[in-house]
Amino acid sequence: MFSAKISGILLGAAAMLGFTAGACAQTVKIGIISSYSGFLSQAADEMEKGINLHIKEYEKTLPAGVKLEVVRRDDGSNPETGKRVAQELITRDRVQLLFGIVSSPVAAAVAPLTAEAKVPLVITNAAGAGITRISPYVVRTSFTLWQEAVPLGQWAAKQGWKTAFTAVSDFLPGHDAEGAFTKGYTDGGGKIAGAVRFPPANPDFAPFVQRIKDAKPDVAFLWVPAGAQATGMLKAARDLGLREAGTKIVSTQDLAPDEELPNIGDIGAGLITAGTYSTYGERPANKAFLAAWEKEYQGKAIPDFLSAHGWDGMTMVFDMIRATNGKFTGDEALKFFTTWKTDNSPRGSIAIDPATRDIVQDIYIRRHEMKDGKLVTVEFDSIKQVKDPWKELNPPK
Amino acid sequence: MTAPAADAPDRKADIDAFARRHKFRWTEALPWAAAIACYFTFENYHALGAQIFATILFALSLDLLIGYAGIITLGHAAFFGVGAYAAGIMAANGFHEPLSGLVIAALAAGIAGFASGAIVLRTSGLTLLMQTLVVAALLQELANKWTSVTGGSDGLLGMKIDPVFGVFRFDLFGNTAYIYCLAVLFLGWLAARNLICSPFGRSLTGIRENAARMRAIGAPVERRKIIIYTISAALAGVSGALIAQTTALVGLGALSLGRSGELLIMLIIGGIGRLYGAFIGVPLYMIAQDRFAAVDPVFWYFWIGLFMIFDGVFARGGALGVIARRRGGSPPQ
Amino acid sequence: MADFIPIAVSILFHGLAMAMVLYLISVGLSVTMGLMGFVNLAHGAFAMAGGYVLIILMKKQGWPYGLALAAAVVICMLASLVLERLLYRRLYGGDELDQVLMTMGLIFVSVGGATFLFGPVAQSLDPPAMLRGQIHILGRDFPTYRSFLILCGALLVTALWLGLERTRFGAQVRASVDNLRMAQTLGINTSKLFAIAFALGSGLAALGGGLGAELLSVGPTYALDNLVYCLIVVSVGGLGSIRGPFAAALLVGVTDTAFKYLAPELGAFFIYALTMAILLWRPRGLFGTAS
Repeated sequence: MFSAKISGILLGAAAMLGFTAGACAQTVKIGIISSYSGFLSQAADEMEKGINLHIKEYEKTLPAGVKLEVVRRDDGSNPETGKRVAQELITRDRVQLLFGIVSSPVAAAVAPLTAEAKVPLVITNAAGAGITRISPYVVRTSFTLWQEAVPLGQWAAKQGWKTAFTAVSDFLPGHDAEGAFTKGYTDGGGKIAGAVRFPPANPDFAPFVQRIKDAKPDVAFLWVPAGAQATGMLKAARDLGLREAGTKIVSTQDLAPDEELPNIGDIGAGLITAGTYSTYGERPANKAFLAAWEKEYQGKAIPDFLSAHGWDGMTMVFDMIRATNGKFTGDEALKFFTTWKTDNSPRGSIAIDPATRDIVQDIYIRRHEMKDGKLVTVEFDSIKQVKDPWKELNPPK
Repeated sequence: MTAPAADAPDRKADIDAFARRHKFRWTEALPWAAAIACYFTFENYHALGAQIFATILFALSLDLLIGYAGIITLGHAAFFGVGAYAAGIMAANGFHEPLSGLVIAALAAGIAGFASGAIVLRTSGLTLLMQTLVVAALLQELANKWTSVTGGSDGLLGMKIDPVFGVFRFDLFGNTAYIYCLAVLFLGWLAARNLICSPFGRSLTGIRENAARMRAIGAPVERRKIIIYTISAALAGVSGALIAQTTALVGLGALSLGRSGELLIMLIIGGIGRLYGAFIGVPLYMIAQDRFAAVDPVFWYFWIGLFMIFDGVFARGGALGVIARRRGGSPPQ
Repeated sequence: MADFIPIAVSILFHGLAMAMVLYLISVGLSVTMGLMGFVNLAHGAFAMAGGYVLIILMKKQGWPYGLALAAAVVICMLASLVLERLLYRRLYGGDELDQVLMTMGLIFVSVGGATFLFGPVAQSLDPPAMLRGQIHILGRDFPTYRSFLILCGALLVTALWLGLERTRFGAQVRASVDNLRMAQTLGINTSKLFAIAFALGSGLAALGGGLGAELLSVGPTYALDNLVYCLIVVSVGGLGSIRGPFAAALLVGVTDTAFKYLAPELGAFFIYALTMAILLWRPRGLFGTAS
């Protein structure tokens, strides 16, 4: 096999080039992987706008002589493609950081590479709880479903709502949401009256809502992916008069992201969600974020939690670049990230937990209601500085 | 074909042409020369190259069905997926040797092909299309539900693959993957080429053209269809295993309608029933996707869609069909 | 057992609503496949276009619901006529695979185009006030919009049947499905017939997309998302038939709803298994005439 020698030589040469690039260049190269096409493109678009906005606003604050170069690659919502583009970003484009990723399977596919190449990955959405365990080079600035749904379950039990019905999409994020809510709710003394899982690509939710209605629970926990499905679910709930029958509806923020609120309209009134970010959050940092957003996108787009998570991810990266003057190795960047914190996120105070490299943040309990003919979000309660409960419940083996 | 006696010399030429058509021509070495040249000229694109080779093998297996046996399917990803999951589940559960992984994948996909073929191949046209689609959809639903084994929608993780022959480790740059996939594709191509040049292969074409007449001359049409379906499924399984082993992951997408459909598109673009359609359509589509996706990922669909419409309306029979027509050549074999 | 009747009623009700939408977006496909042997995978794109036009006219132009719906149907019919003359006609009687390529290309263009024009977010319909809320019949609540949908669907189906059974045009279509050559020999202008049937099918799809926007939300990937459902209805119902897809839509809508209600953990298994079983039993579908 003549190729063996050559591949060996190539490997060595490329490895030297790749992993010393950080030490000699003033150009900081970041590879963004996102689902620009495929079924997650809507979420990717929201995240992208947050990332780009931060770069645009703060690029000038980088230390003199440091130039930022961003390479964007599409994973097409597909793990194989995601892994390949990550591979190419590391070996061909020689990026020093990987960034972004909407889909959990893609993140799980990319994570092992980061350990092999010693290139840190900053995840700004993919919420699968176990992902940060796959490689010590993964840091997450978004959330996990457990982080939202466990506090929500506890909160619901505290309201004196005795019975709950869970209804989730039948794939892993749905299972996560169901497990987390059930854990929080039953720990708080509530009783699960029934649970239903529906096929991930499901055109009509009415039969499931009917089942919930027939069971007459105090509260229904719903979880479906953001977008068309979420609106469809809420429509079915309204059409069947679930709330009029005396059942409260709770969910995570996925059901009612900010940019969908105008679309959802009055069918969302009365919904209660647990989430990390809302455009209605009364925080100075959020006001500044929204002002910058408005200036850039001029009313053509509405930010949501994905935008905020992307923005915060970039804040962390920029802080690191400033701290190292743009000269850093993968390990140095990682070390900076694991102790990073800020009080100036649009979401409030956030920090990276050094033990798990996952984010610690406030979880807000929000009510959606109609105000001046528009569906708005009101943050009326919060649980402070929540760590990912999944990692506490499932200690590393 | 009955030719009048006056055409006897022509007929002899025909027979000669027929005898020659199975001999290797120098043009058939072109794809392999190109693949080896690309190894050195595009050394940063080895990961993409490996995926292209594996997909060519997949498309080749589909060409055996559609182009030669006339079995139109929209569920070929079923066998790709079965192969990928078979190789993946083995590798995730302590059995890391890659070559035996390919064999197991071929067996698993072959069995799936035989079992489903025995059921669905009795029908044709839209009904067959739907049956194949439904088989793949059922398997995908199974993989989604059976999370303890398949990892569900998060995909199968934790695969470990040993070095090939214990020496060539699958590296970050895709060098080993490139050669590995190319070698397996070469073997797959040899097998497919031999198959279609064999009397069995010729009889498949007969079935495609006129199944009733083949039955009348005593050919066991149903059995031959099931055999080719099984062989094709096994090849597709190997292709799935290649992707699984070189990327170390398997997701539900391996079984999706999207994958079957995209494969069909690539093959039609290249040209069906000409053995080399896969070698043209797959690289064309995948490289275009890679480039477009880098420039304008959001509207990749729009441009490829326009290209497909144009291709479907004006370049009938795919790239090879156009070339053959320009040269006044033959319809597919 | 006391619960049985209300459960059965709600399954039947929601199943019917779903069936009506499925029927409207699929019947045109059945006719084009049966009549012209054309594998028009892009049929769902017309339904999507109908949904978008309806929603945009209502939201941006403030048109009333009925008028916007009628406009959506007319616009989509005209657009489909243009496409038929420009693209489809060239592939009549051609290779199925070229048809697949071309219509898949149309789907991709529709996905890209809709994303460009309306963004990746799915649009939602705001039905007029009188169609919101619930109506109270026989001690049970029924969502008004779905009741309206079922009523509309029933009227349309009746009109369609009568149209095809009683009119000259209908007779010509039926004749052409049964035997195209014979129909041509008898002096039927099949080229014109194809165009009209195609436009009619697309118009019905647009109507289904608009009416059904509450059930199947209108987003850029509509045509892809609903392709399998359309194909199931057409293949189970049988090609070239008007009644077939209706029976199939009813079967799929009601049984799918029943299984979702009674055994959701089986997920999508059931609908696929049912399709498989029916096609094994009757390869040409329930009411198939053309092969």
